[in-house]
Amino acid sequence: MSVESGGSSAGSARATDGGRFGRGAEPPSEGKHEFAVIGRPLPKIDAWAKVTGETRYADDFFLPRMAYGRLLRSPHAHARIRSIDATRARALPGVYAVITGADLPRVKFGILPVSQDEEALCTEKVRMVGDAVAAVAAVDEETADHACRLIDVEYEPLRALMSIEESLAHPEVRIHEYGDGPNVHKNVALQFGDVEAAFARADLVREDVFFYEGNTHLPMEQHAAVASAGPDGKLTLWSSTQTPHYVHRLLAKILEMPAAHIRVVATPVGGGFGGKLDPFAHEIAACRLSQLTGRPVKIACTREEVFYIHRGRHPVLMWIKTGFTKHGEITGCHLRTWLDGGAYGSYGVASTFYTGVINPVTYKIPVYKFEGARVFTNKPPCGPKRGHGTPQPRFALECQIDKAAEQLGLDPAEMRKRILAEPFTKTANHLTVTTIGLGECIDRVVEASGWRAKWGGWRSQSEGASAAPSDNRRRGVGIACSAYLTGAGTAVYWNSMPHSGVIVRADRSGGVAVLCGATDIGQGSDSILAYLPAEILGIDPKDVHVHPADTSLTPVDLGSYSSRVTLMCGMAAIQASQRLREVVARAVARKLEVDPGALAFRERKVGVPDDWEKAVDFAQAVELAEAMHGVLAFAGSYAPPKRAGKYKGGGVGPSPCYSYSACVVELSVDEETGEIELHDVWIGHDIGRALNPLLVEGQVEGSVYMGIGEALMEGQVFRNGVHKQPSLLEYKSPTTLETPEIHTFLVETDDPEGPFGAKEAGQGPLLPVIPAIANAVYHAVGVRCDEVPITPEMILKGLELRRRGKAARVGPERIPRFTFKEPVVVESAFGQPADAIAVRPFAQ
Amino acid sequence: MIRLPAFTYLAPRTLDDAAAAMASHGAEAMLVAGGTDLYPNMKRRQFEPTVLVGLRAIRDLQGVRGGARDGITIGAGTTLSAVAAHREIIAHYPALATAAGLVSSPQLRNMGTLGGNVCVDTRCNYYNQSYEWRKAVGFCMKKDGAICLVAPGSPRCWAVSSSDTAPVLWSLGARVRLSSTAGERTIPVEALYRDDGIEYLAKQPGEILTDVLLPAADGWRSAYLKLRRRGSFDFPVLGVAVALRMDGRVVGDARIVIGAVASQPRPAPAAAAALVGERLGRELITRVADLAAGPAKPLDNTDFTHPYRKKMTRVFVARALASLAGLEPAGRPAEEVA
Repeated sequence: MSVESGGSSAGSARATDGGRFGRGAEPPSEGKHEFAVIGRPLPKIDAWAKVTGETRYADDFFLPRMAYGRLLRSPHAHARIRSIDATRARALPGVYAVITGADLPRVKFGILPVSQDEEALCTEKVRMVGDAVAAVAAVDEETADHACRLIDVEYEPLRALMSIEESLAHPEVRIHEYGDGPNVHKNVALQFGDVEAAFARADLVREDVFFYEGNTHLPMEQHAAVASAGPDGKLTLWSSTQTPHYVHRLLAKILEMPAAHIRVVATPVGGGFGGKLDPFAHEIAACRLSQLTGRPVKIACTREEVFYIHRGRHPVLMWIKTGFTKHGEITGCHLRTWLDGGAYGSYGVASTFYTGVINPVTYKIPVYKFEGARVFTNKPPCGPKRGHGTPQPRFALECQIDKAAEQLGLDPAEMRKRILAEPFTKTANHLTVTTIGLGECIDRVVEASGWRAKWGGWRSQSEGASAAPSDNRRRGVGIACSAYLTGAGTAVYWNSMPHSGVIVRADRSGGVAVLCGATDIGQGSDSILAYLPAEILGIDPKDVHVHPADTSLTPVDLGSYSSRVTLMCGMAAIQASQRLREVVARAVARKLEVDPGALAFRERKVGVPDDWEKAVDFAQAVELAEAMHGVLAFAGSYAPPKRAGKYKGGGVGPSPCYSYSACVVELSVDEETGEIELHDVWIGHDIGRALNPLLVEGQVEGSVYMGIGEALMEGQVFRNGVHKQPSLLEYKSPTTLETPEIHTFLVETDDPEGPFGAKEAGQGPLLPVIPAIANAVYHAVGVRCDEVPITPEMILKGLELRRRGKAARVGPERIPRFTFKEPVVVESAFGQPADAIAVRPFAQ
Repeated sequence: MIRLPAFTYLAPRTLDDAAAAMASHGAEAMLVAGGTDLYPNMKRRQFEPTVLVGLRAIRDLQGVRGGARDGITIGAGTTLSAVAAHREIIAHYPALATAAGLVSSPQLRNMGTLGGNVCVDTRCNYYNQSYEWRKAVGFCMKKDGAICLVAPGSPRCWAVSSSDTAPVLWSLGARVRLSSTAGERTIPVEALYRDDGIEYLAKQPGEILTDVLLPAADGWRSAYLKLRRRGSFDFPVLGVAVALRMDGRVVGDARIVIGAVASQPRPAPAAAAALVGERLGRELITRVADLAAGPAKPLDNTDFTHPYRKKMTRVFVARALASLAGLEPAGRPAEEVA
């Protein structure tokens, strides 16, 4: 793997405040680095523990007298529960307790206030195979397992609805009683400007239909939780969760006990990707079982259960109509999406908006209309997975642009460069965009991949690609771009408090403790929380002790989702560190009899650069400061700028800033077998600034890898109401052998909104990979795959269509009959200047 | 996690002790060597033995003896890694080395044995599932149920032979030695299999597969191609084993055996016969590939669609023949080498 990083002013329309974080006071370090820590490829602070197996995940927790729990799950996709009889299970030796929904308060819950539709243990109905109906605590897992099989549940099976079409066609079968229509969870419509007029202005108007199959996160660590209810009535939950704060709030509601008596600790998470963002039945059952038995209770999910817990990528059917001028400019775009939501709401309302609202951030789309509907089905509920709701429409738009480029005879790379969104402006749907490094991302991947020679102009389909006559494999290249948010601008519950808080505490040893509610899910947030204070205080990251994600110790951070942590925790950590630094500087300045502003913090010393021999050790500086000030503990807070569009639904989409990615894929397609072999992926990512290029590169590569899986093989497929392959062996996800060489190019735009200019890295680079692969397949063999995953069977079907003289397109043929809401009509804000940048309500 | 059920593990040091243990525990007992397939199946309650007779401590089951001139004998307990890396096998029985090297993943090949792969349970995506999953769908006749879920009207089970090495050994004319308290017998490998997803092995339950005997290499050339979604982990959903011997410029003798399209490896004798006496050219290869695809009758119970697997049988046979004819490299590198 190779990585290159380069500074850039491309898209950075305004200068950033170089001295904002005290950088101006520091002498430049040797070499090319401006900073001592930031920008260096340091190992993660938890790297040693991870590679030696010392990291204690939730399933590694063992407490004295601990019991083991197990959930009994529904074998029916849709059924009424007639009765549950646990008599035989309770009589089994070694069983401590068996609970059903009757043992929990009758409260429905859900992660979003508008979708309170879940029960930890179902009481009236089950809505999918895998819904929990009872839970057991026993002396060991075998006994718990055995006891589950002794619970007698009588079901009355109901018709299971297993697709968008089926759910819409059977309004007489109701999965839920609430929503925007029979089996319609959410129906939204937004319009920004007159799309029909925009299409009338266009030289080319395309309508296309796409389908994106649902897939799941597949974290290596299966969900697990340990709950311990103390004799004092207080409760502690250790859980593999990305959102300890939301779990904390919801546990109080679900268990009907004061939140003040609940402590939630997020254990190190072995992969999240959005799959550990909801409160789950096993967490709630562990808590209740612990309360009833007086023992700590652990419930560790099996791999199969993780497929049912899910909350992954929505299957989305899309219709997209876009007008283009002959130069490739977009005159307007109208997108309709139908999401297969599965059995519950989860984050689905947000997901529905996300299939529409981020589209206008990448290119100039002056007029935009979006209609979306989320439909309930009897499948595991979908929710946020890496890219939350945005990879699906990205696939649609980027493939459509490729088709338009061909019709217009334009180089698809050139065409994209021509239509990039303008930095520091607003989009049609009122999102404020700051820096944009996409042009440079495109330049870098186009140059490195040898795009011009390899693409070589649109060729007629019969011409085929370069291939020796005896070889069945044809090579092709494809390109696509994307944008993604750096943190959601609003919390999942309405409030005006900070989104992230950090406490920095210096001790007399010269060590610094950082307390923050953020959860490290492998992305490296603990490391970021060490790097930023270390940079500002001039100490080594190893001197920083990070204490994350404990609701009774750490200030709230909303959670590891929407790529918000580096920016939001980072800004809070910077503010807290600066406050500490100011006090330390005052104390040292008094001792050295100099001005505090003259002091530099570096190499674990504080002093005047020109008189460095007199510099005091950081530990001594802390003692001076503590003597002067008292305990050195300082808080920092961050809330994103309030930029929600002034219309209903305007709260989803705003973000402090957006990352950008461009991707070129080169692959071969075997015309006899339909097999696709990836050769190289070149990916450029506008990261704002790489706080640690090694970690950013890891996030980019992980995104590319995950995108490859979604493009070529992964799918949550059901047969007779049941998940067809809930196992790591048969749910096909790529191995290292399917992963090509990934060439990463980091583009730095130094965004004024981000910590030291940083934007997100963990999600955005997934988005362009899928359409780039589809476009490369077309370039190789002339088959348009308007559906993912692209399988060998689809390729062969497309080639067969071509042989029969038909359009070589494989994908959905129809869209459902469906009436969207009357749209909320708002004037397009396209091209308006951005609102004020970097106004922070919690900054001093 | 899913836990293994409780069981008694016996670790005999001699073949006689192992055979005696199998005889005395009867249907309650199963043999285990590498355990890479058996233990996961036990976790999912596909197998429910109360006694496991471990073969790992029996020295006689280990190692490769003899040479290509007179034929070689491979102890059934030899790991797949060892088979794949054995020089004599690579040089003279290349299809076997290829097939052994394509089983699952490197870690599992280090544990899994040749005997285990030859006897590996048939697979079906209605069967290789947890107890709870199978209960939700309705149990099938292979375990806990009465009907076949792939072909509901069928009186038999259609689980798929999923061994990579079995079709190759068949094509190479290998024999296997079986040992029990009743004595020892050696049979052609094809006599080991039956076309039934449940009773897929013709051996007695108490018989222990001790050796795989390969005949003298004698000018035979061989190739194996495997279809699967990924370059590692996956069981074959199609395996094509071709062995042939040239007689001057024409084919003197040939065997084609197709794996993973039925409950046992499927020979394609008509296709093989069409090769004999002919020069190995493209036209012949196309004709033979069409003939070979005839016996392949995959059903919808593995990864990929079954029409696709059927279609690929023809392509893979043609590619295997072409590679033996030196006409083109067979398949992707991932299919040739582990």
